[in-house]
Amino acid sequence: MTARRRLSAATVTLAHGGGGTAMRDLVEDVFLAAFDDAGAVPAAAEDQARLPLADLVARGDRLAFTTDSFVVDPLFFPGGDIGRLAVCGTVNDLAVGGAVPVALSCAVVIEEGLPVETLRRVAASLAATAREAGVRVVTGDTKVVARGACDKLFITTSGVGVIRAGLNPGIDRARPGDRVLVSGHSGDHGAAILAARGELAVSVPVDSDCAPLTGVITALLEAAPGTRLIRDATRGGVAAVLNELAEASRAGVRVVEESIPVRPEVRGLCDLLGLDPLYLGNEGVIVAVLPPDQAEAGLAAVRAHPLGRAAALVGTVTDDPRMRVVMETPFGGTRLVDRPVGDPLPRIC
Amino acid sequence: MTSVTDPAASAGSGDPTAPFHDRDTGRRLIGRIAGQLDRLGADADRPVRLMEVCGGHTHAIFRHGLAGVLPAGVEFLHGPGCPVCVLPMGRIDDCIAIAGDPRVIFTTFGDAMRVPGSRKTLLQAKADGADIRMVYSPLDALELARRHPDREVVFFGLGFETTMPATALTVLRAEREGIANFSLFCNHITIVPTIRAVLDSPGMTVDGFIGPGHVSMIIGLRPYRFIAERYRRPLVVAGFEPLDVLQAVSMLLEQIARGAAAVANQYARIVPEDGNPAALEAIAAVFELREFFEWRGLGSIDRSGVRVRERYARFDAERRFAVQGVTVVDPTACQCGEVLKGVLKPWQCKLFGTACTPETPVGALMVSSEGACAAYRQYGGLRGAA
Repeated sequence: MTARRRLSAATVTLAHGGGGTAMRDLVEDVFLAAFDDAGAVPAAAEDQARLPLADLVARGDRLAFTTDSFVVDPLFFPGGDIGRLAVCGTVNDLAVGGAVPVALSCAVVIEEGLPVETLRRVAASLAATAREAGVRVVTGDTKVVARGACDKLFITTSGVGVIRAGLNPGIDRARPGDRVLVSGHSGDHGAAILAARGELAVSVPVDSDCAPLTGVITALLEAAPGTRLIRDATRGGVAAVLNELAEASRAGVRVVEESIPVRPEVRGLCDLLGLDPLYLGNEGVIVAVLPPDQAEAGLAAVRAHPLGRAAALVGTVTDDPRMRVVMETPFGGTRLVDRPVGDPLPRIC
Repeated sequence: MTSVTDPAASAGSGDPTAPFHDRDTGRRLIGRIAGQLDRLGADADRPVRLMEVCGGHTHAIFRHGLAGVLPAGVEFLHGPGCPVCVLPMGRIDDCIAIAGDPRVIFTTFGDAMRVPGSRKTLLQAKADGADIRMVYSPLDALELARRHPDREVVFFGLGFETTMPATALTVLRAEREGIANFSLFCNHITIVPTIRAVLDSPGMTVDGFIGPGHVSMIIGLRPYRFIAERYRRPLVVAGFEPLDVLQAVSMLLEQIARGAAAVANQYARIVPEDGNPAALEAIAAVFELREFFEWRGLGSIDRSGVRVRERYARFDAERRFAVQGVTVVDPTACQCGEVLKGVLKPWQCKLFGTACTPETPVGALMVSSEGACAAYRQYGGLRGAA
């Protein structure tokens, strides 16, 4: 391999998006250097990645394809950063469909003035997370825009994966009597981001749960091959997933508040701000619906995985024709868990 | 009741509020309340009607499903104590006018962002280009003023006595530090005249009040005495955990059974008898009562709002910016006023759930999570249905 040019600039300028040598230096020294360790990106400077079909066909019978954009502020937060998020988000969107992720694309939009060092840290994290998830970043793109045209750094990743024959989880497949599993603490990512913005007068010792979920999902599907559906609880949190699956499956869901894993510090933060942990986002938690006879086996498999230690069966699918998500409170009361409206806004007192 | 009032009872659980969620204590309290209601002969046809004044209690009642676990002999009326809900449209229009000045950074608490003005919300004004920023404390706004000496930073102050001291102390600090580019758009309101307005409204059927916890932490218990003495209604100041609310209900029923009407304190772990003198001093230094203040749904209430005193005029956004102060009539079909006074239940409003939803609120009670209508939409309407 030829020695790469060392990028001398300390900050990214519009010249780095100009398509000339400055851009080539940025791409080679920041991105290719980071991905190189994994042997991820082929040195050939083609305009597209080429994936041998035979490799894909050997792993399954359908291609899964997804895309997601990442615009988090701040770029670095306890438990993760925008690079880790950009890999996990897309990998998890593939994995919840039963697909084994194979390859990712990565497009970055950089605001001029971003320190090159920041970009290096993000690229390194992106590459490390890709290795952790067992996926290759095979193609990418870089754009630089004028100050104010974007906020520091936006990343879009797309991914392809292969779905093994026989697996067919679907959001509309929940049936009355099925059990609902949540794999981890609700709201950790949302709480970590709120705290990391530094606008709160309180410090909250919570890390984002941001992690690639391929492993835990594989374990679940092996133990409970009849799993009806899996979703990762991202924007809108566990509450949004429960409502989506109720609507798509034309069923109701009844959950028990005490059984939903929430860290005390996240609950405390939410009480303070008038938020509900069920509506705060996660980046490393799945909600799964399992047929009743596979629920315990599925739970045991998820709990045996390092990312699923806090997993719990939290409720049951019902035949409510109004497709409501209902929560039992500790005193035997009930309340509706409605769809989230926009972003949660902290209340004043 | 030590398990209710003594948090040390469950030391080591990691969650300081855990003792106030205890299931067994809750069941015991619910049983006691059922017995009290039986002895009063209260049932679904002739319920005891208790008004929780504070939006925080409305939220707690719905969030924990308390109305559903209590016998039908007790009915909660959701009072006017959600400061975001009672903001009139004219004041939101004024906010948007101030924020439209290109020199201005307009700062606000998050839940005021979605309150509809006559044409748009602050969220829409922000999307249209106004520099509107969400803060968690007035001190954050002061910090912005320090960092942007070339801009005018305006803080949208709202809330009852709970949030008033922080605003007052921020104005005092701005003066002490000579920060000239900070000002306050004052929409603070006081709780007592509002309770009086409810008590004086025609068709009033409230048997007792669950008094606001955080407001009382500042003002103490004395200001409520007229409710017991003049109107012969009991009031129990309560905390916000489920057991706090249940215990307050039981304490009210106990008074009602005796024919008593007194001001009592369930929330003594937080609320001192005399309130917080230092906070009251700061409030008195900075603010004075307005002759009247406009409330959404309730109309104008005498001496129910405060403004910045002359001495701090240079920190008063109403004096520094051309604020129209126009009264905008509430949408005619909107019945927030009747709901606020406890005359109508949220679902009895013509607009509830049809024209007025959390996505597109017409009335203020649908805006904040503490508004009775939003709480009903989010959590409610489940008695016997699920």
